[in-house]
This record gives sequence, structure tokens and C-alpha cells, in this order.
Amino acid sequence: MSEPVILLHDVTKSFGAKHVLRGVSLEIERGATVALLGASGSGKSVTLKTVNGLVPPDRGEITVLGYPVSTMSEAALTPLRRRVSYLFQGGALFDSMSVFDNVAYPLREHDRLEPAELRERVDELLAMVRLEDVGSLQPSELSGGMRKRVAVARALALEPEIMLYDEPTTGLDPVTGGAIADLIVDLDRRFGVTSLVVTHDIPLVVRVAERVVFLHDGEFIFSGSVEAARREAPDPVREFFAAGGIHA
Amino acid sequence: MGWTGSLLRQVGGVTRLACQALARMFTRPLDVRETIRQLDRIGVGSLNLTNITALFTGMVLALQTAYALGKFGARLYIGEVVALSLVRELGPVLTALMVGGRVGSGIAAEIGSMAVTEQVDAIRSMAADPVRKLVVPRVWATVAMLPLLTILADGMGIFGGLLIGVFQEGLSPTFYLQRTAQVLTFDDLWLGLAKPVMFAFLIAVIGCYNGLSARGGADGVGRATTHTVYVIAISVLIFDFFITKLFLAL
Repeated sequence: MSEPVILLHDVTKSFGAKHVLRGVSLEIERGATVALLGASGSGKSVTLKTVNGLVPPDRGEITVLGYPVSTMSEAALTPLRRRVSYLFQGGALFDSMSVFDNVAYPLREHDRLEPAELRERVDELLAMVRLEDVGSLQPSELSGGMRKRVAVARALALEPEIMLYDEPTTGLDPVTGGAIADLIVDLDRRFGVTSLVVTHDIPLVVRVAERVVFLHDGEFIFSGSVEAARREAPDPVREFFAAGGIHA
Repeated sequence: MGWTGSLLRQVGGVTRLACQALARMFTRPLDVRETIRQLDRIGVGSLNLTNITALFTGMVLALQTAYALGKFGARLYIGEVVALSLVRELGPVLTALMVGGRVGSGIAAEIGSMAVTEQVDAIRSMAADPVRKLVVPRVWATVAMLPLLTILADGMGIFGGLLIGVFQEGLSPTFYLQRTAQVLTFDDLWLGLAKPVMFAFLIAVIGCYNGLSARGGADGVGRATTHTVYVIAISVLIFDFFITKLFLAL
């Protein structure tokens, strides 16, 4: 078995009186693709944000690529965040910048590339998500699917070892959603990227995930293969799969 | 949370952000592109507002001064009173209030929209520093532009007073300008320029703090924006008192 690169141990998080995570623990091995499922508002995105330190836990330990995320300051997280990319649900593209500048942002921030190299790298990233000739457009001129693909290109710019996807296919048509699924599988196969995917999209889960973790009432009530999730998992998990058109 | 709690949270948050911004303002790297963009938006975009305000304030000030001094037969001193009032007090404060309303709310709305659409988290997730990327360029741009806007506003206000002095009170333009130049000292100009620098820092930091604190979508951005205008207006007036008191004591 490969080494774990994401470790959550007894993690607790509350917002006021709402207990989002009640002592959850999770291990994800290098190169694995894990789908994190759960009802809306169950705390999946919060879990994802604790992994790269965007949301600090109230209690518990989080270790990512050997870094003790839960005890690190914002400044100390810089080297880790270069190796862990986050795809936000709405894309989170910068409105004031062109598509080119959005994708170039992390490269300008961390890599000292010559202008020609930068252009070549950005073009390559946009080609990876099947978006050529949109570099000069503003994010407001793009469709939802295109915005998400640009966000994927930006997330891949620093060649991350871990990708955190927050609902990568929500709001996309099936073809674009399928292209995103292909990309996740491709990154796993070609580059050994470890992926944690928060989603409601069951066909995406079936397509990309080796393991499913289900968050319910602040606890992980199931962790296992997709097959086991359909057949042997507790009711809320099987209902989730059934509602997604995948029956036991 | 009550009014006191909200006030303490605002003061604490703004103070902390001000310290973070100061710590980064004088160290590299500075986001030059963003700073230039903000210089244009903050400075050039506010020019008409501050100049029109100052022009008419100068004219009204001259009218009121002429009325008041007329009772003592001292209308000749309109130029002095208008110049001193504008350069020491009204120019810096009115410009700060105008720019504070326009720019502070704009900063809060822009950064607030970024916060609620996870763009600020995106900056953090790409191992960049939101204070360096968002706050520092806006603070530098406001600190650079507000003194310039204030100098222009002072000039427009004095010109407004001149119009009234010449066309209504029958003073000669040369006489009016000579009296104005004679009455203004280095201390007046120093106070008139020191105030905008401090007000600018306050305006930008308060706008940024409220923007970064915005939560909950469009409603949250709206609340952050209106709150910013309110906090800036009160802060400028309170700081104006203490800065004036300090300078008079020196």
C-alpha cells in the first residue's frame, strides 16, 4: 500500500451552534482518487478547505504531504499550497483579469518565466482543457462550463501533487462534465496526481473514484469502493447512489 | 453582538489589517500593475467629484465670509479666511469624505464580491497573500492620490472664493491672490497635506477590511459597502479632530 499523503485525525469543526465535523478521520494514499459525498450543507466543502488550510479545524490533526496543516501559520503554508491545488465550485476566476492573466497568475506568482515561456505554458494549459483562443477574453464573456475549464487550467498551472475538486461538474452539460471527468482520470494516470473530489454527480464518482467517503451528520459513515457503496453501505449512501441512477 | 461588540470588532480588525498592510507596504514585491490600475480608478475617477465639491464650497465660504465680515467692514479679508479654512480644514476633510464615500465603498464592494465568490480564497489557495495582492496596492494608490486631489481641491476652492470676491465683492484678482499667498504659511500647507495622507490610509484600510469581512452573497456585499461609508465618515471626522489638536500642540 502506498504512503498516505492526506491524513485527517479526529477533526472537529463548528460554525456557531452548527457542528459540521464531529471528529472525522481519513487517510488518502498517494495517487488515489477519492470521492467525498454527502447531502448539501453536510460539510464536504469545509472538509476540503481544511485540507489546504483555508479553514482551520477547531480540534484534531491534519497532515498533508508531511506538513502539519492544522498547526501552521498562513505564511508557513506557502510551500504546501504550491503543491496542492484547489478547484473552487464557481471557478473563482478573477473578474478583473483576462483568461490569460487568470491562468498565468500562479505562474507569475511562483515561477520566473520569460514572457514567451509564460505564453507557451498558458496556451498549453488552455489546450489541455480544450480551450484555445480565449486568452484575451474576460471571465464574464465565458459560459459557466468554459469558466470552470479555465479554473481547471489555472489549478493545474503549478503541476500539483494533490488536486482538491469542489463540485467540478456542477452546472455543466454532460459533454463538458465528461471532459472534466476525463481530465481527472488522465491526471491520475499520467502524473499520479492524488485527487479528493467533492461532488453530487454519481456518474462522475463511478467514472473517476477508487474510493467513496460519505459524510453524514458530521461523521464519515462509510468509506469503501464504489461497488461496496452501492451494495453494502448504510441506507443514506445507497439512497444517494439510487437517486443518482446507480442501484445495488 | 451589540453595538459595542461590533465597534470593538471593527476597530480590532481594522487595526490588525493596518499593521499587516504597513508591514508589507515597504517590502517587495509590490503588485505594480494592480497599483497602477487603482491609481487610475481612485485618482482620476474622483477628480470631478472633489473639484466640483471644492469649487462650490469655496464660493459658499466666500459668500458667508463676506456676509459675516461685512458687519465689521472687513470684507477685504475674504481671501485670507477662505484660503486658511480650505487649506487647513475644509479641503482635506471634504475631499476625504467625498473620496471616502466613493473609493471606500468601491473598494469594499470589489473586495467583498471577491470574498463571497471565493476569489480571495483562490488567492490564498495559490500560495499568494491577499493583503499584499489586494490591500497594499489600494492603500498605496489612495495614499498617493488623496493628497494630490486635496491640493487640486484647495486650488479650486480658492478659485471659487476668488470668483465671488471679484464679481460680487468687487475686489481685484491680484489683491485677492496676494492676500491669499501672504496668509498661507508652511505650517498650513504641511497640515493640509499631512491630513490627506492619514485619511487616505484610513479610507483604504477600512474599505479593504469590510470587503474582506463580507459574507453571504450580494446582501453581505451591500451591507459591507454601506457600513464602510458610515465608518469612514465617522473615522475621518474623529481623526481630523485629533490630528488638528496634535498639530496645534506642536
